[in-house]
Amino acid sequence: MSSIKDIQEEIVSEFEILGDDKESTIFYIMELGGNLEAFPENERKEENIIKGCQSKVWLIADEVDGKVHYQADSNTDITKGLISLLIRVLNDRRPEEILKADLDFIQRIGMGSIIGSQRSNGLASMIKQMKLYALAFQTKQNA
Amino acid sequence: MSLNIEQIRALFPVLHQEVHGKPLIYFDNAATTQKPQAVLDALTNYYERDNSNIHRGAHALADRATRYYEETREAVKEFIGAKESAEIIFTKGTTESINLVAQTFGRKFIGKDDEIIISTMEHHSNIVPWQMLCEEKGAILKIIPINDAGEILFEEFEKLLSPKTKLVSIVHASNALGTINPVKKVIDAAHAVGAKVLLDGAQSTSHLEINIQDLNCDFLAFSAHKLYGPTGLGVLYGKREVLESMPPFMGGGEMIKEVTFEKTTYNDIPFKFEAGTPNIADVIAFKASLDFIKSLGKPAIKAHEDSLLAYSKELLTGIKGFIPVGTASEKVSVLSFNINDMHPFDVGQMLDAKGIAVRTGHHCTQPLMKRFGIEGTVRASFSVYNTKSEIEKMAEGIAQIARFKNK
Repeated sequence: MSSIKDIQEEIVSEFEILGDDKESTIFYIMELGGNLEAFPENERKEENIIKGCQSKVWLIADEVDGKVHYQADSNTDITKGLISLLIRVLNDRRPEEILKADLDFIQRIGMGSIIGSQRSNGLASMIKQMKLYALAFQTKQNA
Repeated sequence: MSLNIEQIRALFPVLHQEVHGKPLIYFDNAATTQKPQAVLDALTNYYERDNSNIHRGAHALADRATRYYEETREAVKEFIGAKESAEIIFTKGTTESINLVAQTFGRKFIGKDDEIIISTMEHHSNIVPWQMLCEEKGAILKIIPINDAGEILFEEFEKLLSPKTKLVSIVHASNALGTINPVKKVIDAAHAVGAKVLLDGAQSTSHLEINIQDLNCDFLAFSAHKLYGPTGLGVLYGKREVLESMPPFMGGGEMIKEVTFEKTTYNDIPFKFEAGTPNIADVIAFKASLDFIKSLGKPAIKAHEDSLLAYSKELLTGIKGFIPVGTASEKVSVLSFNINDMHPFDVGQMLDAKGIAVRTGHHCTQPLMKRFGIEGTVRASFSVYNTKSEIEKMAEGIAQIARFKNK
C-alpha cells in the first residue's frame, strides 16, 4: 500500500493537469464523489453528521485489523468529492499514522481558492473528525 | 423610453473585472447592488473636503456637512413621496429600522394577547424582532399562508384580522421569490381593524415606484445598499403622529432637547431617533444613488429588469432538471430555482467558476423554504446594468451543470 505521502503526491499531480481552470477542477471534484463506497442507510442519522459543515456530511469509522476504515456521504456533490479525497489518503491505516499525517496536498492544490472559505472550514471540520476517530481507536488499542 | 445599458455599465467600475479568468456576471443584486462612480466620488469628496460632525458645529465644514446630510433626507422624502422630511429616520439598515419599531412602538403599544401579523415569506429580520417582542409581552404572532406560486392568500389574511391585531408587518417584495405582495389591499384591510402597518421595502424600493401617501402605510423600512448606495445605512419612514407617539430607541447625544441629572427631555423627530453621531458620509453619498435612480426613472429600470426576468425564464424553462421556485404573477427581477437532484450550493459554486455571481441557500427565509419543502434555492437577481447576453451565458452554464445529474 502506498504511503500517505505518495498518495498526496498523486493527487497533487492530478490537479496539476487541470491547471488553473476552476470549472474543470470543480467538475473533477464532483466526479470524485462517485468513488465513495455506498453509505449504509441506517447510519444516516443525526449523531453521524459532522458539525461545522454547511452541507450535511455523514462520517462513520470502524476498526478493521487495527486499522481505521472510514465511510462517508454528503448531500452535496462537491463535498462528496472532497471527503473522497480525504478517505483516499487516510483510509485503512493505523491510527497513529492518521494522527501524524500532514495533509499538505490541500494547500498545495490551492483548495482554499477552489472551494472558497465556507467549504474550507467544512473541510477542516472533516479532517478534525477523521483524526478524532483515529485518536479514539488508538486510545482503545493502548488501553 | 429604453435605457442605454452599455452607458449605464460604464458608470459602475466594479463590473469591469474578471473572476476566475471569466468576465464577471453579477446576478446577486437582491443581496446588494453595485455602486456607480458618483456614489464613490461623493464618499471621497466628503472625507477630502467636508468631514466634520453635523448639527452643532460652529464652523464652515460642519455647516456644509449638515446641509448635505439634510439634503439627503429631503431627497429620501421625495423618493418615497413622504409629506415631510422629519418623517425620514436614518438607521443602519432595514433590520435596524424594523427593530426600532419593535422596541419603541411595539413595547409601548403591543401588550398581552395582542396580535401581530406577518407572512410566510418574511425575511428573518421581519420575523425575529416580533418573536422577541411577543415573548416579552405575551403577544401572539400570526402568519399569513401562501399558495404554491408563492403568493399570500388574501382571504386567509382577512380571517386573521381582528380588533386584537395591533400591527401587520409585511414584505413588499420577497427577497427569496421576488413576489410583489398586494400591499395596498393589505394596508387598507389592516387599517379597517385599527392596526398599524409596517412595510419591509428592502427589495421593492429599487424596482417599484413608491408613493407613501397613496400606500398610506405607517412605517416603511429599507436599505441604501440595495439602492446602489453605501452599506451600513437604512431608512425608517414613519408617519409623524405615529413617530411622535413612540418613545426614543437609543439614548445619547443628538436625540435630546435638554439633559439634567433629574430629567431629560427629548428632541423632535427625526432627531429623537438618531442618537449619537450618525453615518454622515454614507448618508451624504446616498443622495448620489437616489439621483442616479431618478436620472433613469424607475419605470424604465423596471421595464429593463422585467425583460431580463422574462428572457431568463424563456431560456431556462426548457432545461431538463430546472425547477423554478416562486412563480407569482407579479414579481420583481428575482429568479429562484433548483436543479433536480443537485444541492444549490454546488450549483452556485459551479456558476461562480464561470464568473457568474448568484446567491444560494435559504436566503434568511427558513420558514418559507420549509413551506416549499426545500433546503434552499439558487437565486439570480437582476439589476439595471445586467444584459441579455449575460442571461444567455448563465443559461448555457446552467444547462451544462444540469446535464451533470440530468442526462
